[in-house]
Amino acid sequence: MKPYLYLMPAAAFLSLVFVYPFVEIVRGSFQVPSATGTPTFGLENYRFLLGDPVFRQAVVHNLILLLAVPVMTVLALLFSLILFDQIRGWKVYRTLIFTPYILAIPVVGTTFIYLYSTSGILNEILRSAGVGFLAQDWLGNPKLVLPSIMSVIIYRELGFGVVLFLARLMSLPGELLEAAKLDGATWYQMHRHVTVPQLRSVIEFFVVVEIMTMLSWVFAYVYTMTGGGPGFSSVILEFYIWQNAFEFQSPALASALAVILLAAVSGLIFLQHRLRRRSEDVGDAA
Amino acid sequence: MSATPRSAQGARARRFTLGGLLKHALLVAMSVIAIYPLYYMVITAFKSRKEYIDSQFLPPLRPTLEPLLEALRQGDLVTWTLNSVIVTVCSVFVATAVSVLAAYAVARMDFYGRNAFLNGTVSLMVVPPVVLVVPLFLLMVNANLINTLPSVIVVYAGLTIPISVYLLTNFFRALPYEIEEAARIDGCSTFGILWRMVLPLSAPALLTCVVVNALFVWNELLVALVFLQSNESRTLVAGLTLFKGQFAVNEPLVMSGALIATVPMLLLYLFGQRFFIRRLVAGSGN
Repeated sequence: MKPYLYLMPAAAFLSLVFVYPFVEIVRGSFQVPSATGTPTFGLENYRFLLGDPVFRQAVVHNLILLLAVPVMTVLALLFSLILFDQIRGWKVYRTLIFTPYILAIPVVGTTFIYLYSTSGILNEILRSAGVGFLAQDWLGNPKLVLPSIMSVIIYRELGFGVVLFLARLMSLPGELLEAAKLDGATWYQMHRHVTVPQLRSVIEFFVVVEIMTMLSWVFAYVYTMTGGGPGFSSVILEFYIWQNAFEFQSPALASALAVILLAAVSGLIFLQHRLRRRSEDVGDAA
Repeated sequence: MSATPRSAQGARARRFTLGGLLKHALLVAMSVIAIYPLYYMVITAFKSRKEYIDSQFLPPLRPTLEPLLEALRQGDLVTWTLNSVIVTVCSVFVATAVSVLAAYAVARMDFYGRNAFLNGTVSLMVVPPVVLVVPLFLLMVNANLINTLPSVIVVYAGLTIPISVYLLTNFFRALPYEIEEAARIDGCSTFGILWRMVLPLSAPALLTCVVVNALFVWNELLVALVFLQSNESRTLVAGLTLFKGQFAVNEPLVMSGALIATVPMLLLYLFGQRFFIRRLVAGSGN
């Protein structure tokens, strides 16, 4: 009996905060509000979403945000390898580069509203560089708003990748690197063939975490910086769930959307486990 | 001996090379970008509105506490800060206490469903909070807990239990078993062993838990937004998004609010940096 006593408080919290909502959103997503007041059950919510242009837009926007993942991965790899050379002051650089990750997203978002504004630093730099015609209303232009938000996300998440990769680099055994150096390998050759292959698992971890982030942890950026606008041009799935629940007073649609998002996230995790197991099998066989 | 410290080697070999210069240039550029928003926040928070309009980009010539004092005079900001402190302290304490018990059971006791519990809990780490808020909101409405701090304390504790259980289980498993064995022979109860032998040895893991979870709770927006809608009950970060809307054209005022929201976590980061980095490495799996 004793082990279960130790688990009970945690289990109680997890049931309340996770399990109960899971059951409720599935139930709620099949609930169709009707004129008589007593809801009926059916697939109407899902059917509605299939034909809903805003839902489709939100999905597309989330997929566009995924473009940030390769950019972030390559940049994080580059900077972690540079720091790994431990040039003078590397610890200071590391602390500075990691700082954005500590800041609250609403704080970062609010600050960037000013940096992005028509008379903000970004446009002023463009103007003083003589390319003032490139100055933009970065968050007000429907074509630019997503890339602008994406840049802020990259800005904040990059430090996480750098520190993560650097920590793994420092724990690698030094012999291979020494051997490569003695053989006269260039910086690029050494990392391309010796270091980076050994980082495989941590790179994979980072990519998965960031894919999850882009699909399901970017609400605060959108809420703070654009509120989904202009129009619906920066609406993402999470934001649309929130809008349906608390702005459009449509909890049934919000539940259906939540089920879809949860299914997508779970599917991805499942896929990743399968891929990892397969690659481990191949690794064992070799 | 080929065991020259990497740092000494790197510094000697690369001090004056072109490649070394390029690396420094890249790191300086990256650090400037990383730190610029924080710099902007600080310089703006100490400018008068008039000086801000005259010069946005330079440090204040006549630094003033006026925006900061005005922000604090907006009474709510003090309340919001207090709320954030209460919510963060309570939820982190509850989550850590509950997770210690569960993690100890998983690490040291044998029982039916142990792996299922651990795997299930760990997989909850990826669930986006937006999926959970609709049912939880209705639940809190029925329980009359909307606009009260306990509502978010419960939700935050639940949301941070999975990562805490994961971190603590890994740590407990790595502790040498012999001490506990000896204590047991001396007639110490299980809880006594946990309280008197295991916890004192677990300071690094507990601190990691506290730092990571405090950062999450303090910076969280969505849950605070949904459950705390009255002015007196808001947290600082959620209140800031409101502040930003109300005083959009008073940049120094908004930035001093952002600064107040940032400083505690910046201190926590500088103090807990090494625990933080340890967590990143631990979190990345094998």
